Amino acid sequence: MSAQAPSSPGLFDCRDAYSRALEALAAADDRIVAVVNDSVGSSKLGKFRDRFPERLINVGIAEQNMVGVAAGLANGGKIPFVSGAACFLTARALEQIKADVAYSSANVKLCGISSGVAYGELGATHHSIEDLAWLRPMRGLTVIVPSDPWETAEAVKAAAASDQPTFIRISRMPVPELTHAAPFQIGKAEVMREGRDVAIIAVGTLVCRALAAAEQLAAEGVSARVINMATIAPLDEAAIVAAAADCGAIVTAEEHVVRGGLGGAVAEVTALNQPVPMRILGFDGFQPTGSAEWLMERAGLTAKGVAAAARDVVAKKIP
Amino acid sequence: MGALDARRKDAGDGRVERVRQRANWMRRRSLQMIYEAGQGHPGGDLSATDVLAALYFGVMRFDPAKPTAPDRDRFIMSKGHCTGALYTALAGAGFFPEAELTTYLQPNSRLNGHPNRTYLPGVETNTGPLGHGLPVAVGVAIAGQVDKADYRTFVLTGDGELQEGSMWEAAMLAGHRKLGNLTAIIDRNRLQQGARTEDTNALEPLADKWRAFGWEVVEIDGHDPAALLSVLDAPATPRDRPRCVIANTIKGYGISFMQDQAGWHHGVPNAEQYAQAQAELTSAKDHA
Repeated sequence: MSAQAPSSPGLFDCRDAYSRALEALAAADDRIVAVVNDSVGSSKLGKFRDRFPERLINVGIAEQNMVGVAAGLANGGKIPFVSGAACFLTARALEQIKADVAYSSANVKLCGISSGVAYGELGATHHSIEDLAWLRPMRGLTVIVPSDPWETAEAVKAAAASDQPTFIRISRMPVPELTHAAPFQIGKAEVMREGRDVAIIAVGTLVCRALAAAEQLAAEGVSARVINMATIAPLDEAAIVAAAADCGAIVTAEEHVVRGGLGGAVAEVTALNQPVPMRILGFDGFQPTGSAEWLMERAGLTAKGVAAAARDVVAKKIP
Repeated sequence: MGALDARRKDAGDGRVERVRQRANWMRRRSLQMIYEAGQGHPGGDLSATDVLAALYFGVMRFDPAKPTAPDRDRFIMSKGHCTGALYTALAGAGFFPEAELTTYLQPNSRLNGHPNRTYLPGVETNTGPLGHGLPVAVGVAIAGQVDKADYRTFVLTGDGELQEGSMWEAAMLAGHRKLGNLTAIIDRNRLQQGARTEDTNALEPLADKWRAFGWEVVEIDGHDPAALLSVLDAPATPRDRPRCVIANTIKGYGISFMQDQAGWHHGVPNAEQYAQAQAELTSAKDHA
């Protein structure tokens, strides 16, 4: 996929889906509140604020306090959706996420906005490409990385309906609306394309690229299964074991560093259950300044890069 | 909420004496827990005990049979290491059997080294790392404000804990939002784990700092049940400012060799010291 402006036809900003879904939920359930850190605009919650001024709690630029306040709101019977830039929400308030939310089983929904390298030009301080590694090991914290606007809205609805603490990683990179055959279900992987030679497991902005890679591979006679692993925690281990057993090789792709994210999660499962050759596509460490798309291309996080990794791993399959 | 109201209104003359007696029992019992477990934080427990006794046995509205009732008053122990004070208060108030205090810090006990709400009824949020309780309390108070509910939220913070920036983030927001339903109590014993607060990163002028953040500030003797009750009693309606109670206390209060000694932050008495400490607490019970 080549670089495209957010306004390109057929491409969407998942934040719009997030804010629309949250507004609809709030209209139906007065327990829903939004908590922000001076991030009404970047979370696209202007309309929410206008409709529900009492239920938009802006704590100012104070992420640790924001997450603690959200835990308190949950204690007071609210269902808080906290949204702020993923880089600050996760890093700056990590201990609050651990102690006040995950360990306390507080019914808080954390929404990391503009995740991954969306803020490419702003530099590594503003890239959120370590967040999955930080949050994935926290038992009890559901971690969801939606792939498109529909799945973003479904994740928001599912999180509101669940009483589990949840992190939803929301991109602002333009993505197409994908075709989903099954309803969204927390903890359930979605096989978006069947295949037998290699399994490509992707999340978020990489799912559409994985599907495009599978098209390219099909033209060469390589049959690739594409799995959207929208829930990273709890992980659908059965889908991974089945992919390893059926296809014998796995490529993972994510807008995250190569250690500790989706690739690490999949490798943990295959190493213990069904070892197969793997390639983990992602970023290797702190990234330089540059547009999101430039950074993605540089790291091979493109349809072309995913297809190349698939060919490579197929060649390494154990006969 | 009739049954819950009754507890708050039980303001008869016996209340001060009841709080005093419960506090003395809490001190003796928490010291026993620490001695038997071989671990704990006696210094902070003993400085905070009177505050907790006033809240649980004189001020707060709750029903231990319904620990998550929506209209309960909340208490959040921001200084989460002081479990000796918290667990004896919760057991004394009926949230779990007093006999369970013997399991303190034992494998699989619900009585963790730091409080855990998923194990133990009455614990409102898991604390331990410092700087967490006030933000959570502010969130509870905002929920009450949005709902126009009449429950109150109390939070006890250490004074050394105020060196954490998150406390001031929360203090600023509470003042901004005029959280009249929130009371923060500072256990002002002037000692942190390793040294005096004023020698480490000085807090004074402490009252002025809170006032500057929009709080009403009251300074009291944190070991005086009558003073604590009068300050912590509920106002009829939410006021327009959160209240900060600077409770001047003594770390290791009630035990001659522990009082005002940083070394007893998490020290454990030997057999001889333990006997002496219990004797001092017992003899002091009538004139605390």
